Amino acid sequence: MGDIWEGISAGFWLVVTLDPDLVEITLMSLRVTVTATIVASCVALPFGAWLAIRRFRYRRFVIAVLNAMMGLPPVVVGLIVYLMLSRSGPLGVLGLLFTPTAMIIAQVIIITPLIASIAHQAIRDLWADYHDLLISMSTSKRQRIMTLIWDGRRALLTAALAGFGRAIGEVGAIMIVGGNIDHATRVLTTAIALETGKGDFSLALGLGFVLIALAVTVNVVIHVIGRTEREGKW
Amino acid sequence: MIRILACVLALTGTTVNAETLKVAVTTSFHNSGLSDILLPAIAEDTGIEVQLLVVGTGQALRLGEAGDVDAILVHSRAAEEAFVANGFGTHRREIMYNDFVFIGPNADPANVSEATSATDALTRIAQAKAIFVSRGDDSGTHKKELSLWDAADVAHSGDWYRPVGAGMGAALNTAVGMDAYIMADRASWLNFGNKADLALLFSGDPVLFNQYAYIPVDPNLHTHVNNGAAMALEGWLTGAHAAALIDGYTINGETLFTFNADKGS
Amino acid sequence: MVTSILPVVMTDAVVKRRAKDLLGPVDLTISETGFTIVMGPNGAGKTTLLRSLHGLERLTQGRVQWQTPLKDAHRRQAFVFQTPIMLRRSVLENLTYPLLLRGTKKGLAEALARDWAQRVGLDDVLGNPAPQLSGGEKQKLALARALITQPDIVFLDEPCANLDGRATREIETILQQVNAAGTRIVMATHNIGQAKRLATDVLFLLNGQIAEQSPAHTFFNAPQTPQAAALLRGDIVE
Repeated sequence: MGDIWEGISAGFWLVVTLDPDLVEITLMSLRVTVTATIVASCVALPFGAWLAIRRFRYRRFVIAVLNAMMGLPPVVVGLIVYLMLSRSGPLGVLGLLFTPTAMIIAQVIIITPLIASIAHQAIRDLWADYHDLLISMSTSKRQRIMTLIWDGRRALLTAALAGFGRAIGEVGAIMIVGGNIDHATRVLTTAIALETGKGDFSLALGLGFVLIALAVTVNVVIHVIGRTEREGKW
Repeated sequence: MIRILACVLALTGTTVNAETLKVAVTTSFHNSGLSDILLPAIAEDTGIEVQLLVVGTGQALRLGEAGDVDAILVHSRAAEEAFVANGFGTHRREIMYNDFVFIGPNADPANVSEATSATDALTRIAQAKAIFVSRGDDSGTHKKELSLWDAADVAHSGDWYRPVGAGMGAALNTAVGMDAYIMADRASWLNFGNKADLALLFSGDPVLFNQYAYIPVDPNLHTHVNNGAAMALEGWLTGAHAAALIDGYTINGETLFTFNADKGS
Repeated sequence: MVTSILPVVMTDAVVKRRAKDLLGPVDLTISETGFTIVMGPNGAGKTTLLRSLHGLERLTQGRVQWQTPLKDAHRRQAFVFQTPIMLRRSVLENLTYPLLLRGTKKGLAEALARDWAQRVGLDDVLGNPAPQLSGGEKQKLALARALITQPDIVFLDEPCANLDGRATREIETILQQVNAAGTRIVMATHNIGQAKRLATDVLFLLNGQIAEQSPAHTFFNAPQTPQAAALLRGDIVE
């Protein structure tokens, strides 16, 4: 219990004193994960919607693969991205290894299947509800997808937030492709792993509480924005 | 679409620093805290921003082979010489050494504190079948441990021998949890914040000295590496300012590293 | 004068699903005017017939022929489901939705939506989420949403099955008004009283086929089939 209290107070003091290292690490965490979430959502949300309303031969297979990819171990993703971006790898000339971009790429790969899968389920349910009405109203394919995305926006936002949650707490992949370089690619999770390795549990735990607080704050802010935009919920 | 791309690029774009140098170093070196002293001095004296990739020796060597770092600073002589011999590095330059120590429970069921040598210490642990945590990660420390077992000529297998496949800090945390014996570098041990019921039981055998060497990655093999900065860093690391900082670095009054770079070469 | 999409001619229509005959074969013409009530016991194919005419059901064989190309004809029809399907939007947005699909300017669409909301008594709840309305309000909204595009023909599948008397009367009043103004109506119902109040002619279905098609006064006074007679007597017809 002592360690946990020390961790809480360490986290508290890091925050109230606006420790410059903490601020830098937190901003890097946000920058990497917010970007990854946006990029992944741009791909995954329309893909999930498309998968929900489109009937084609290998649809079940694609959905099965998608669901399986949700369970991809981040370390494996990290290793593959590392091998691709390594100077000796096929994309080595880009010089992206050990940069925030590399971490974003790894996180996009990790969370895209998750977001797409949740989006697919949400849109599928909505489509089952709307199907007859939208067909009856002579909607074009484009109008159907736009209607489903707009009316399913809260569920889709939840999907994106699930992706954000998984990405912000991810350590295995970004440790490998980011390298946890101080002042360059260090984020909250890799800093926590580092401090744990040093046996400095209270600082690690303090950073952990900052991470949790950050994730909660982002979720609350997004939900508040989502609600005030339009009255009522259903 | 273009706007989204531009937005992404703006978000992901890295600020280009005047001169950065990526160096892969071992966990034990970083955990010692010495890098926190050296890096600001390097930046001030040479203008080079050194970016440390803190990994195990095995991974450090792989990063160097792939050209993903500009230089490596590790402590595993045989692997380093093979690295240079295989053409991945230009040369190997010894910088400093520290030493390995044996850590174990205060109760010391294997009487390691009365050991006469490193091999004797390991023999005692094996005979007592006391729990021993091994890094098991192909790191320099792990390789050193394995060579000592070979020298002691006792079997290191069985329920009591536990390779954890983790870095120094994580392995120490595991040893604390199991109340086990472990071999660690002195610096990592002194800086370790979670000592609990473990204590330093044996040290001082010259065979436990741990030589750190610096190897720039060969620019003929990987044309993009920053060999100029790598050579400048080598010059600094073997110079007088580095010598003073390394020899002067202490934790709880204990000196950790001994500077031994050969000035002549 | 815009050409009407009516009459619509259904020829030799059959709908099978998993080797089960749901409908047909059916030959049917729906003329330009009138208020057709579709009756028949459960499973007789009332819903399948309406959905097939509207193009929601794929025909196993046969065809449905409108007077204008299918795309245009489909845009000039509307369908009201037994269980109203509400867009997860406000009442106002549910009403403007079909207009905006057709490219109506937003200001005009909203003005029309307000008129229709007033007509069906939903003007007080314009801003409310449609899925939170009561059953009667939902069906009135669905009706207004179907009529707001001024379709040539409206199909209604037992729209009042789950509603109380008051909501039923409100819906019937509106249906009679738009029918008088020229909108063709085809509506399935179980309610004999409702059929008598509204019908100009009756389609009586049995086992997926048209057992009887008569003007209303003929059907209610001298039904041609024993099942129709039994139904009108108040007996249970399976």
